[in-house]
Amino acid sequence: MKKFAKVLALCLALVMVLGCFAACGKDKDPGTDADKNAQVTNLKVGFIFLHDEQSTYDKNFMDAAKKACEEMGVEYAQKTQIPESKDCYDAAVELVEVDGCDIIFADSFGHESFLIDAAKKYPDVQFCHATGTQAHTAGVANFHNAFASIYEGRYLAGVAAGMKLNEMIEAGDITAEEAKMGYVGAFTFAEVISGYTSFYLGAKSVCPSVTMDVKFTGSWYDEQKEKEAAQALIAGGCVLISQHADSMGAPTACETAGVPNVSYNGSTIEACPNTFIVSSRIDWTPYFKYMIQCVMDGKAIDTDWTGTIETGSVVLTDVNEKAAAKGTVEKLEAVKADLLSGKINVFDTANFTVDGKKLDNYKADVDTDDKFTPDTEVVEDGVFAESAKRSAPYFDVRIDGINLLDEAY
Amino acid sequence: MANTAEKHHDPLFRIVKRDDMPQWKAWIIRGITILVGFLLVGILSMLITEKSLLESYEVMFTGVFGRLLEGKTTMLWKYLQEIAILLALALALTPAFKMKFWNCGAEGQALMGGLASIYCMINFGERLSTPALFAIIIVTSIVAGAIWGLIPAVFKALFNTNETLFTLMMNYIATQIIAYYVYIEGGGSNVINPVSYGNFPSVGGNDYFVNIVTVAAITVIMFIYLKYSKQGYEISVVGESQNTARYVGINVKKVIIRTMAISGALCGVTGMLLVAGKDHSINTNLVGGQGFTAILMSWLGQFNPFIMVIMTAIVIFLKIGVSKVADASHLNSSFSEIIVGIVILMLVGCEFFIHYSIKFRHSKKEVKA
Repeated sequence: MKKFAKVLALCLALVMVLGCFAACGKDKDPGTDADKNAQVTNLKVGFIFLHDEQSTYDKNFMDAAKKACEEMGVEYAQKTQIPESKDCYDAAVELVEVDGCDIIFADSFGHESFLIDAAKKYPDVQFCHATGTQAHTAGVANFHNAFASIYEGRYLAGVAAGMKLNEMIEAGDITAEEAKMGYVGAFTFAEVISGYTSFYLGAKSVCPSVTMDVKFTGSWYDEQKEKEAAQALIAGGCVLISQHADSMGAPTACETAGVPNVSYNGSTIEACPNTFIVSSRIDWTPYFKYMIQCVMDGKAIDTDWTGTIETGSVVLTDVNEKAAAKGTVEKLEAVKADLLSGKINVFDTANFTVDGKKLDNYKADVDTDDKFTPDTEVVEDGVFAESAKRSAPYFDVRIDGINLLDEAY
Repeated sequence: MANTAEKHHDPLFRIVKRDDMPQWKAWIIRGITILVGFLLVGILSMLITEKSLLESYEVMFTGVFGRLLEGKTTMLWKYLQEIAILLALALALTPAFKMKFWNCGAEGQALMGGLASIYCMINFGERLSTPALFAIIIVTSIVAGAIWGLIPAVFKALFNTNETLFTLMMNYIATQIIAYYVYIEGGGSNVINPVSYGNFPSVGGNDYFVNIVTVAAITVIMFIYLKYSKQGYEISVVGESQNTARYVGINVKKVIIRTMAISGALCGVTGMLLVAGKDHSINTNLVGGQGFTAILMSWLGQFNPFIMVIMTAIVIFLKIGVSKVADASHLNSSFSEIIVGIVILMLVGCEFFIHYSIKFRHSKKEVKA
């Protein structure tokens, strides 16, 4: 009993000491707080992220958020690990009510419906959402979608891949018929299909004999599955791999197997110094700056905003000279200039066939509904007008030369 | 005999079970552990985030309770909702645990309940009147959860299979079924848009009111069921010793199956609360691993529903609060997982010292004290 009293006294003493510690800690802070308040305007942006910086997808947004807010001189708050559920709505409510944000941005497709609910609740706050499809039909004035013409970035990355294949053919490592690429995708839907098709068309523009196998993992972030998919593709004779999923699974599998890799969402050169060729990504900084500027000026934000190479939204990382074919940098500059001038259109229907035929007309599911009903004609003047009717991609055509090994999820 | 053994190899310390600690003393120890854990959380936050201790606590409190002083209660309701879900799962597991049936399948049982709810909402939403829809949602989700709990129970009762592994594996099956359902309903984008039918009404502008009241009711009922009902007594006896139970004429198989049906059904109800009362949609992450945290909550609550309320309130407070500290300082979300893990470990550790004492070699005094 005595011993127990002693322990109790000790604990209480500890509590008191720590209490003092707390008081001391507080003293030093008011000064720095005042400094902070001096330089920020009263505008505040709130960000909702699906994962955290361990996911290349979210890291890309987080880096841009930090950069844009610093450059614009505004404060921001962020919520990470917000699932695609009512938790997104709750996070938005918290950002408005507790953090006092004037603009809310969410980064994942499944956040959209919940963000629209929040937009209805707070008509004075602007809500922006990446990759979503509902803004142009929802009729909620303060809800906006944004995306970028990343298919142009993928096309450029595909050109780099095609040049690498050409180099391998010239060196006699493979024959022209063996020029087969592998692609690890997340889900079989428009955003991914648009991505791998533009990548393939980029490669085909320099290496006409190329074919491609695609495997799906059924998850945006599953390192093990992505790795296994990449390994299966390599075992199946693919000599170059690219991916549209968010973990390091595929790039590391390629580094281990010594197979060249075209990455996405940012450079993987540190982990894959021998196999990383180039990566395309969307730089969200221009959009974030745009939406902040709009609110500062009291202007309306576009319902659908599509970033392009021109706005600086679609970018390529530095080419890894060690893995890439010679002359890749110069070639990419030339193709980029052609894309900018409109000389090349990625989805020019002259460049691909569907079941051996040219695509003359196609109705895509632009206005989202539960049944995915195709509703809008999207082939105009011999070009599939991707991202013109709404910012999120809707190219979901299965073109010849690309072989889906599984059709998942 | 004892003397010779002591001379030859007396271990450095021995662990001895003790039953002599009075309840009030045990509670003071638990209180101190929680207090120290709470301080530790603040200090670690201070050291890592370069915020002062008080600032860290301020972020934690406003993060959990919101701006209550300004009359904004949304965050408080959200906090209560989180407690309600974790508590409901812990309550669901408790009868099974008390029977020493290690139900690790709360996750899957809740998912199946949620699946039943969303299925009814999507398929019958337009056709049925709201009361009829609610009735069918409640019945099907209870049945779905119960079936998912019954399968391992029947195997245990008839073939004595290992229920820990069985229930655990059932989680994966449930997850895959949900993934497939989301694929069918949601199409390639893998998202089911929220359904507008069969949503629990919001009371006074608060969406979670129904959920919270439901779980509060379950808490009271579960307390009475375990403590005062004949079935609750049978559960305790089977848990203490199956042979004793048989000797006094309890049908052990029947008790196992019945209790797991209740456990699964309550998990199913939790799934329903998550779907009809919160998300109005479903994905494989619906329960988000809380089915496993609930195992700990049930244990830390010593199978007493009211103590579980306190334990879940503490753990959810830490979970939300520390993740707010992490967000405010742009830290990785692992930070909150680590901190919550440390505090839970402390709580488990304190239970160990309440139930056992360590006796060192040659310390006669210790034995006396």
